[in-house]
Amino acid sequence: MYLCVYNRNTKAALEGIAVNFEFSDEQNLLREQAQGFLQENCPLSAVRAILDSDAAYDEALWRKMAELGWMATVIPEQHGGLGLSYLELCVIAEELGRAVAPLPFSSSVYLATEALLAAGSEAQREKWLPKLATGAAIGTFALAEGAGQPSAAKLTTVAAGDSLTGTKLPVADGDVADFAVVVAKAASGDGASLYLAELDGVDRQAIATLDPTRSHARIAFESTPAEPLGNPGEGWAHTQRLFASAAVLFAWEQVGGANAALEMAKEYALGRYAFGRPIASYQAIKHKLAHAYVKNTLARANCYYGAWALAAAAPELPLAAATARVSATQAYYYASKENIQTHGGMGFTWEFDCQFHYRRAKLLSVNIGSEATWQDKLVAAVEADAA
Amino acid sequence: MDFNDTPDEAAFREEVRGWLDANVPSREELAGLDEIQAAKLWQKRKYDAGWACIRWPEEYGGRGASPIEQVIWNQEEAKFNAPGGVFAIGQGMAAPTLMAWAKEEHKRKHLPPLASGEHIWCQLFSEPAGGSDLAALRTRAEKDGDEWVINGQKIWTSGAHYSDYGIIVLRTDPNVPKHKGLSYFFLDMKSPGIEVRPIKQISGGANFNEVYFTDVRVPDDQRLGAVGQGWQVALTTLMNERMAIGGGGGGVGFRQVLDLAKKVEIDGEPAIRDKNVRSKLATWYAQEAGLKYTGYRSMTALSKGETPGPENSIGKLVAASKTQDMASFAMDLLELSGAVSDPAYAEAHGLFQATFMGSPGGRIAGGSDEIMLNILSERVLGLPQDVRVDKGVPFNEVPTGRKARHTP
Repeated sequence: MYLCVYNRNTKAALEGIAVNFEFSDEQNLLREQAQGFLQENCPLSAVRAILDSDAAYDEALWRKMAELGWMATVIPEQHGGLGLSYLELCVIAEELGRAVAPLPFSSSVYLATEALLAAGSEAQREKWLPKLATGAAIGTFALAEGAGQPSAAKLTTVAAGDSLTGTKLPVADGDVADFAVVVAKAASGDGASLYLAELDGVDRQAIATLDPTRSHARIAFESTPAEPLGNPGEGWAHTQRLFASAAVLFAWEQVGGANAALEMAKEYALGRYAFGRPIASYQAIKHKLAHAYVKNTLARANCYYGAWALAAAAPELPLAAATARVSATQAYYYASKENIQTHGGMGFTWEFDCQFHYRRAKLLSVNIGSEATWQDKLVAAVEADAA
Repeated sequence: MDFNDTPDEAAFREEVRGWLDANVPSREELAGLDEIQAAKLWQKRKYDAGWACIRWPEEYGGRGASPIEQVIWNQEEAKFNAPGGVFAIGQGMAAPTLMAWAKEEHKRKHLPPLASGEHIWCQLFSEPAGGSDLAALRTRAEKDGDEWVINGQKIWTSGAHYSDYGIIVLRTDPNVPKHKGLSYFFLDMKSPGIEVRPIKQISGGANFNEVYFTDVRVPDDQRLGAVGQGWQVALTTLMNERMAIGGGGGGVGFRQVLDLAKKVEIDGEPAIRDKNVRSKLATWYAQEAGLKYTGYRSMTALSKGETPGPENSIGKLVAASKTQDMASFAMDLLELSGAVSDPAYAEAHGLFQATFMGSPGGRIAGGSDEIMLNILSERVLGLPQDVRVDKGVPFNEVPTGRKARHTP
């Protein structure tokens, strides 16, 4: 059957641009090193060790990673960082996602470090960035205050002078972080202000989440000393910009995880026999895995564009980030649930590793806003683009 | 990562733009010409100036250009909405097969008229009993001296009614397993005994044909590959088909649905404000963007002189379903007016309705969704083939079911 549709290769061909849409040789070398390091130091048995223990994260892995300078990637050299680009950080994010790494990396690097880089005073950067770069300090970002989509209007955490009062729940890595960037209510501006609060001595308790390989906490601030981060009344805008950058990095983690889940399903399907042949030879399984490949491929292509927009600080970032986030969320959810399905009953057991991706996929799909929230942002960005 | 041509690419693009600006036919020039006449006029002009089929070697009518130069040419030509299309099968599928398998004298004779647009070719593969299972085709060729005598029927042949030549796969030995009894030929579509009948589609169009063969004679000299090697030759054609039938292909795109959602209302508000509408739009946008950026990655590989990865093979699979779903959703937004296809009354002159009725074809043509999923899982993911009950069985002993019904 042959339709006479001659589309000249791809839609890109219609746009009249050439592209260099690939990581550099140095960046690909970094990927190889990261893969080797994580295979050795973060196999799924190490993830399982965190799942089965009370430990909040893999401290030994964190220290070794700090020696490689991963937390320092985009921090400027004058603050003890490596001064590399976001492309390098995207490479690391994908590998961390693939490994389902049990670490506070995202809270500390994608959120706390970024908040300081975007809004911190020189003194605040001077104080915290060198420690964040070496992994000696862990930072996090505290927005949620219970169920539902957060908004500036609903915030109940308030600042009075140089102190904060209110409860944040849940806060990723809130039980182990040295400080939190806190979104608090503001009477003026966009309705929110950012504060930096050190967490030593603050009332906080670890709480169970569906992904025990990533710790979360409830933090109750009660006249806790805190200093403003950035101008008052600009906290909501800062948060949105921060989430746009973080969305690209989380999307790379999601894509890394989605491809690992597909790989896991594939390996199992090739080795598992039913009715006298590998289940990988049945179309019911093949087509499921092919659909996962399609979703992962589209999501990864969108992540490339997101990486470019982030690294270039391009005006396209809000749209590029939302696009990467939406497709990566969909891809990881699909791959993680169909990985369990491909494994059958064994995939549902504690003993098997399928659970890691199912847990992580869901956590990553809600941590900086749900799929619906990002779909809404995507269309808003398209509308803004067209206006 | 950046969005810039290399200096060589930029210079080539400049040259292409200059030539196109001066030579693409104007609307006035094309007035009164039908689709084929217009396409032939433009193709001949390109050929005479050395801009036809630029990747082909010069001795066959091309210019010996690199893959990335071809991409740049395509990008620039696409900006002009110049006539084309009728040559896609000949230049995109028959020509690569000829280049790989034909004798030198045939290449020198047949490739230049393909490049110049003088000859249009069609592809005679599918049959009523052999669609997705193409190798189950039954049209027979029997040797008679230096000729083969063809009897049987082909189906879904685009452009058979205006083609000069055709490429065809035929059963030359029914006594061996199905893939081993096929041979590949090219033939003159004006040969005695060929009858072309158009097939009316559910969309109302008739791009496809049934082609009947009654004692049609083709010289053995026009065989490509050895007797019994037809399947291998056909794979060359099919690999090129997947490059020619790309993602998209017209019809409803994200922009059209977005514009409609801004225009019509749900609960007294523009539909674009509705969360369900936004959710669907976002998913389609992300799919379209993913295909676009996958294309960028392929272009990058070409620009570096590398072969693009298998990721491009997802294009048709994703685009065809997305197009169908978007057309259907747009009609929902129109409520009862969504059913109106009369161009005088229908929204966007009936684009959504026409796409809705045409899109099922996109999911079947050039490898159905199911075949594309098999290809992805077997060739990209490396999963095993399904068990084949006809494997190793002589073709004339393979069980057959009900013969596919065709136009009475």
